[in-house]
Amino acid sequence: MPAGTTLLMGAVAYDPKVVTIWEGFRGWLEHQGLAFDSILYSNYERQVADLLAGRIHAAWNSPLAWIRAERLAAASGRQVRALVMRDTDRDLTSVVVARADSPISGVEDLCGKVVATGAVDSPQATLIPLSHLRACGVEAIVRRFDVGVGLHGDHLGGERDAARALADGEVDAACMLDASHLLFTKEGTLTPGSTRVLTQTAPYDHCNMTVVDTAPRELAERFGSLLRSMSYADPSVRRLLDLEGLKVWEGGRTTGYAALARAVDEAGFYDAEGRITAEGYRP
Amino acid sequence: MKPVASINLEQLCFVEGAHLLVKRALAGLPPGGRLAVSGSDPALRAHLPAWCRSHGHRVEQPGPAGDAVAVIVRGSADEDRWAGAERAGLPDPAGVVRQPPPSWGLAARGALLEAGGPDARFDLDERDLVWADIAPRLYAQAAARQWDPATAAGWDDDFTLPPEVEAAVVQVMTYLVENEQAALVVPARFLGRIHPHFREVAQLLAVQVADEARHMEVFARRALLRGTALGTSSVGGRASLYTLVAESDFSLASFLLSVLGEGSFVDLLSFLERNAPDPVTQRICWLAMQDERRHVLFGMAHLEHQAALDPGLRDRLRAAIERRHDALRDTAGLNEEVFDALVVLAAGSWSPQAIAAGHRRVQNLQQAMDEGRQRRLARLGFPPGEAAALSALHTRNFM
Repeated sequence: MPAGTTLLMGAVAYDPKVVTIWEGFRGWLEHQGLAFDSILYSNYERQVADLLAGRIHAAWNSPLAWIRAERLAAASGRQVRALVMRDTDRDLTSVVVARADSPISGVEDLCGKVVATGAVDSPQATLIPLSHLRACGVEAIVRRFDVGVGLHGDHLGGERDAARALADGEVDAACMLDASHLLFTKEGTLTPGSTRVLTQTAPYDHCNMTVVDTAPRELAERFGSLLRSMSYADPSVRRLLDLEGLKVWEGGRTTGYAALARAVDEAGFYDAEGRITAEGYRP
Repeated sequence: MKPVASINLEQLCFVEGAHLLVKRALAGLPPGGRLAVSGSDPALRAHLPAWCRSHGHRVEQPGPAGDAVAVIVRGSADEDRWAGAERAGLPDPAGVVRQPPPSWGLAARGALLEAGGPDARFDLDERDLVWADIAPRLYAQAAARQWDPATAAGWDDDFTLPPEVEAAVVQVMTYLVENEQAALVVPARFLGRIHPHFREVAQLLAVQVADEARHMEVFARRALLRGTALGTSSVGGRASLYTLVAESDFSLASFLLSVLGEGSFVDLLSFLERNAPDPVTQRICWLAMQDERRHVLFGMAHLEHQAALDPGLRDRLRAAIERRHDALRDTAGLNEEVFDALVVLAAGSWSPQAIAAGHRRVQNLQQAMDEGRQRRLARLGFPPGEAAALSALHTRNFM
């Protein structure tokens, strides 16, 4: 565990803007009197391992990283908790879409058809929607687009490639986040009106700021309360909040991860102790 | 809780602008206000919550009654974004402020500015350094009087000058292009330094730059109308012009270029218009003269404004003339070929009497230039004796 009173947080550098965001937040937090530093990781697996090994106090985690952190913690007698999350991390849904002109009119028509997904470790474009399809009784042939593996779907590349494959007629359906379907249609990856939503998952939650119980409690609490005090009305942080994609930091809740935990088990992505068991997953 | 408002998007989808209707409906609600949204776009249940999340609104599932797809609970992000916003002054030029803050940056004067953002460093940000009340009017006039170089002169007019006269025209045109080059560069260098709050000054200078661009074009085109070679450019001429380009103080540059230089240039263009041996030369000199008069007017107005407020200005103007004179002390001044060419044009023929008359006319031109400079210096508050002395120190290169 790092010594002293500096809150050390890990974040995954899925995009260059991550440096801007956390450097900006660091300046703001320091200005508020919190000694804070961040460490950038190239993938979530090492970040979570370091969190549980006590090398960092907090980890800005994807939902999949949260699931693994929980499991690793339970297996090692530790505890992790979700300190805060973005307002935009709550109640996301994924959709499975087909081309509007295809004969597939309902989710049940996807049995035996080719369904495109994002990267192997994307909760929103792979794990959750495939679990949802299984729950609908659909066994489809999965065609995965592994872009940015290890980034847990933060990199939209795989999701976008799945959408392109759908538009190009290479697959029968594609899985994506609700917001990605809107984005891909607006940006022209999918022609407006050319796709039909076959099914939509129940709402689930996304990222959270995970802290481990080896982190000094007071320091972690101060970190959480400062994040929650950030106001969108404050121009000094508004730009950073916009970059990070939130209007307000909410309290961390863990009630929205059941669907992903189920999907992880079904896919054999991690075992109960948080070991990586996904076949061919090389972050 | 009961929604207080509702909206039916019918078939409109979020890809085709449904958000506009939703935003409009939400605008009428306070933060926390509820809006029931219905519509028949099949993707609405996916897109509406996604859009709401990214705009800071919460979405609730509607009750079993009714046909709403979702109920939006309005967030406060819109209000928050505009908290602390301020107006960048007033739109009317009469309300320009003394020193606009760097944070107003490139915003339109009078716009409502979201707080934050970069401080744009425009170092010419004091009203009294750049402003003149006449600027908006001069700009409007300048914009209205732009002419097209392609059609403003009779380029196809049928005329042929004796070779020596044509050569004199070419030499004068070469000199004019060189001078217009400097007259373009000087305001252009200041344009990017003027705080955008003083928009009309920037607009006026931009048109001035465009004026000089057209002048360069027509003078160069006349120079090559009957031949393929340009005249000469002297070291002294270029040195004199470069002292204008090197001046980094806006007021001093404006003084040296517009009040003294272009002021003298108006007299020169008037002389050329009167003594032009062909209709094209006559026409383009007249057109350029109209523009140059406007440039002088603005330079004078802005310096008069400043002189009224800053008693130390005249000392700096005097020092600028003296500094430039000292810098050019060892140069030859006006290109001899240019002077001779002016005499030839004014003479109209090669008889000794005509040349003598031409020479007198050029001397009269120099006299007129000197008197004009003295008049303008007097208007800036220099006593007559000092105005005469300072005018005499002006570059022999006219500009």
